[in-house]
Amino acid sequence: MLDCGLVKSKCRKKFLKSKYIYTGVRALLYQSIVQNYHDFVVERNLDLCINCRVCERQCSYLVHYWDENRQRVMHDSSKCVGCHRCEALCPTGAIVIKRNPSQFRENSHWKPWFLKNVYKQAEQGGVLLSGMGNPQPYPIYWDHLLLDASQVTNPSIDPLREPMELRTYLGSKPDALEFVERDNKVNLKTKLSPQIKLNYPIMFSAMSYGSINFNLHIAMAKAATELGIVYNTGEGGLHPDLYKYGPNTIIQVASGRFGVHKDYLNAGCGIEIKIGQGAKPGIGGHLPGEKVDAGVSLTRMIPIGSDALSPAPHHDIYSIEDLRQLIYALKEATEYRVPVSVKIAAVHNAAAIASGIVRAGADIVAIDGFRGGTGAAPTMIRDNVGIPAELALAAIDQRLRDEGVRNKASIVIAGGIRCSADVVKAIALGADAVYIGSAVLVAVGCTMCQRCYTGKCPWGIATNVPALARRQNPEIAKRKLVNLVRSWGHEIEEMLGGMGLNSIESLRGNREKLRAVGLSEIELDILKIKPAGR
Amino acid sequence: MLGSRVFSIREYKEKVFGQKDYMREKDISGCGLFGVINKEKKLISGSVPVTAIAVQHDRGNGLGGGFAAYGIYPELSDKYALHLMCDDKDALSCAEELIKKYFDVHLSEPIPTRSTVNIINAPVLWRIFVTIKENRSTWSNLDDYDYVVAVVMLVNKQIPGAYIFSSGKNMGAFKGVGFPEEIGEFFKLDEYKAYIWTAHNRFPTNTPGWWGGAHPFCLLDWSIVHNGEISSYGINKRYLAEHNYECTLMTDTEVVAYLLDLFIRKHGLSKKMTCKIFAPPFWDEIDRMEEEEKQAYTALRMVYGSGMLNGPFAILFANHEGLVGLNDRIKLRPLIVAEKDHDVFMASEDCSIRSVCPDPDKLWAPKAGEPVIIELKP
Repeated sequence: MLDCGLVKSKCRKKFLKSKYIYTGVRALLYQSIVQNYHDFVVERNLDLCINCRVCERQCSYLVHYWDENRQRVMHDSSKCVGCHRCEALCPTGAIVIKRNPSQFRENSHWKPWFLKNVYKQAEQGGVLLSGMGNPQPYPIYWDHLLLDASQVTNPSIDPLREPMELRTYLGSKPDALEFVERDNKVNLKTKLSPQIKLNYPIMFSAMSYGSINFNLHIAMAKAATELGIVYNTGEGGLHPDLYKYGPNTIIQVASGRFGVHKDYLNAGCGIEIKIGQGAKPGIGGHLPGEKVDAGVSLTRMIPIGSDALSPAPHHDIYSIEDLRQLIYALKEATEYRVPVSVKIAAVHNAAAIASGIVRAGADIVAIDGFRGGTGAAPTMIRDNVGIPAELALAAIDQRLRDEGVRNKASIVIAGGIRCSADVVKAIALGADAVYIGSAVLVAVGCTMCQRCYTGKCPWGIATNVPALARRQNPEIAKRKLVNLVRSWGHEIEEMLGGMGLNSIESLRGNREKLRAVGLSEIELDILKIKPAGR
Repeated sequence: MLGSRVFSIREYKEKVFGQKDYMREKDISGCGLFGVINKEKKLISGSVPVTAIAVQHDRGNGLGGGFAAYGIYPELSDKYALHLMCDDKDALSCAEELIKKYFDVHLSEPIPTRSTVNIINAPVLWRIFVTIKENRSTWSNLDDYDYVVAVVMLVNKQIPGAYIFSSGKNMGAFKGVGFPEEIGEFFKLDEYKAYIWTAHNRFPTNTPGWWGGAHPFCLLDWSIVHNGEISSYGINKRYLAEHNYECTLMTDTEVVAYLLDLFIRKHGLSKKMTCKIFAPPFWDEIDRMEEEEKQAYTALRMVYGSGMLNGPFAILFANHEGLVGLNDRIKLRPLIVAEKDHDVFMASEDCSIRSVCPDPDKLWAPKAGEPVIIELKP
C-alpha cells in the first residue's frame, strides 16, 4: 500500500537519527512533483524564533531540521502533514501552519485533491491510504436537526435544582415484566438478560491497542471506570495489565480474532462482534507491522513487526445463520453472563441487516456511520462507501419497532459524534447510547491530520514509538476524558431539562423533540420528523 | 362565536388521517380536574361534579368540558354502552350499520340533552347498548375486550363523520366544546347518579376545538382526565405503535388511556406498578432500596422506560374497580385529595372540593409520583 508521506520502518530509523541526516541545505536536485505540490506550508516568524529546536524535536515527520551552515532551524514544508504539533509547542509562537496557497487553475470537476492523488499513484502505483473518518462534504444531518424547549405550557426543568437522570442499561429487554406484590413489597418474577449499566449514554468506541498506544488504553480504561461507563478494546485484544478494568470493558471479537481466548472473552462486561467499521465497510482491519511492538505482539498473539491484517469477512460467517452460531458460541463461552453486541457499518440495507442481527440473538446492535474514524483505510473506501449514521439509525430504530423487536436489543450509534447536542439528537432519533472515538482522540490532542496509519503520530496517539507514545501521560489523558464526558453530561442534562424531561429514557426515540431545517420530504420521511415550523 | 373555530368530526379526521403519523400535530393544554368516588358504591348525583368543576371555571377556556360516570346504566349493566358523536344522521346510520355487523344491538337511542345558551352546533349524540355477536364473522381469535377495542377503532377510523367516545359497561362519558358546567347542563347530568364521577375543564392552546377532543378519554371502561403536557409523548406514541395502538386524537392524554390498557389489561400489572411506570422512583431512591425492591424497580425502569410519562401532569383515571389519582414525579401540576366518610374527592384545587364537601375529614396534597388508589368495596 502506498502512503502519502512516509511509511516504512527505515523512515522511523531516519527519524530517530534525523539530526545526523539532515545537516545540510535541502537537496536541490530533481524531486517528484508529488513532493512539490504539498498541502501545507510552515511559516516561521524569524523575529520570534529563538532557534530552541523544540519544533525539530517534536516533528516526527522531519519537517524541521537544524541547518549547521546557517546555524538556525530550517524546515521542509513538503513533509508537513498539518498536525500542528510544532505550532502548539513553539514557546515563542513563531510558527503558523497554513494551507499551501499555491493554486491550480480553477476547475470544479478536477479539484486539486484529485490531481494530487493521480500524481501520487502514477508515481508509486499503490492504494491511497487515509486515517480518521470520511472528511468529504456530504450532508451532515445532525446539523439539519434542531431541538425543542419548553415554553409556558410545560415548565422547563432546571438540572441544577432538580434531579436529572442519564443512567442507561444496554441489553435485551423482555416484552413485559411480572411482579409479585405482598405486604407493600414488590418482587420481580421475570428473569432479565444481562445488561451493561452506563451512567452516561456515552461509551468509548473500539480503538485497538496497536492502532493507539497502551498509554491511551490505560487512560480509557481508567476514565470509563471513574465515569461508570465502558470502553471498547477494539480488535487488538486486551493487555494483561488491563484485565482489572474488566467491569468497564467491552471485549471485541473481529474477523482477525487477534488476542481472542477464553480468559479474554470472560474479562469484560460485554462482547462485541465486529462485522464492519464505518470508515471502511466491507474490508478488514490493517495494522502495519511498524506498529506491532512487544506489547502489541503479546496482546494480539502475533510476531513482533508482522502486519496484522484482519480478513474482510469473518471466515466463519458467510450468512446470518452463521452469525447466530457465533453469537451463541460466545454466549456459551461466557455462560450467558454478558450481553453480546454486533457492530456493523452503516450501509444501504442497514435496517434489514439490523433486524436480522436482532433475530439472530444479539443483545445490542452497534451501527457505525461513514464519518466513523479508523487508524488506516483505503482513501477511496473511506470517502465513498457507507451512509450517514443519522439515516441508518432512523431507519433501523423504525424497522425494529415495526417488527416489534426494538426491546430485544439496544441500539448504539457511532460515527462522527462531535458534541453533546449530537448525542441528544442521536438519542431522540432512537439510539440507546453512542460510541465516541474521534472525539476521544481530539480530547487528548488529535488535530485530525489523518495520518494515523504512518505510526508516527506526533501527538503520541496513533503510534507505538516509545519516544512519541511517551507524549501521552495516562493520568492526564484520563483526566481529559473524564472532563469531556462530564461536561457533555452536564450539557445533555441542560438540554433535557429545557425539553421538560428529567430522564433520558423519555428522550430515547422521542422524535417529537426534533425538527428539521433544509431537508427534503423524502429525508423527513426517512427520519420521521417534522420540518421546523410544524 | 366559538362555533367558527370548532372542527366537525369529519374535518378533524381529515386533518389526522390526511397526513403521515409522524406529521400529526399534538395539542397542548392546561386544565382543571375533579373526581369523586363513594367506596360503598352509594350513588352520587351528577350535580356534585358539575358544581365542583364550575368552581374551577378559570382553568378552562370554553373549548372543552367533560365528565365520566360509573354506575349510570344499572339495568343494562351487562351491555357495552357505546356513546357516539356524529356530524349528521347519515354518518350515524353508517356507524350504526357497521356496529351491527359486529354486535347485537339491544337499545339505540339519542343521548338526552337540553338546549342551553352556549352549547351550539352540537353533533348528533347517540348511545347504543350492545353485546358481542355469538358467531363473529371476523376476529374470532380475539378475546372480548380486544374485539370491542377493534370495532371501536374501526368505526373511528373508517366512518369520516362519526366517533365513538365511550365504550364501557355501565358507564359513560359526556363531553363537548364548552365550559364543563354548560356541558353538564346540556347533558342533563343532574338526572344521573353514579358511584364514581370524574370531570374536566380544558384549556387547549394550539389546536381548534372539536367535540371529541374534550376529556375524558375512554377505552372500554377506562376513563382518563388529565391536566398537563406529556413531554415524553413522542416516545410513548411510538411505543404504543409497536403494540398496535394508533394515536389519532392529537392529544397526549390519549396515550395514557392506551398505556393503561396495555399495562393493566394485557401485561397484567397492578394499578400501583402501572403508576410506578408512569412516575417511577428516581435512580438514587432505587439505589437506596432493599435488594429485592431495588431489582424490581431497576427492571421496571429498564423495561418500561418508554411508558414513563415525563413532563408536568396530574391525572385521574377510573374503571369499574375504583379511582386513581397520580402526579408526575416532581409534582409540576396540582392535585389535592380529601376524604369524608366513604367519599374520596380529588381535584386540582381544594376550593373545588370544599364547594361540594365543606368539611372534609382529611385533606392533603399527595406527594410527587405517589399514586392515590381508591378501590371500591366489592
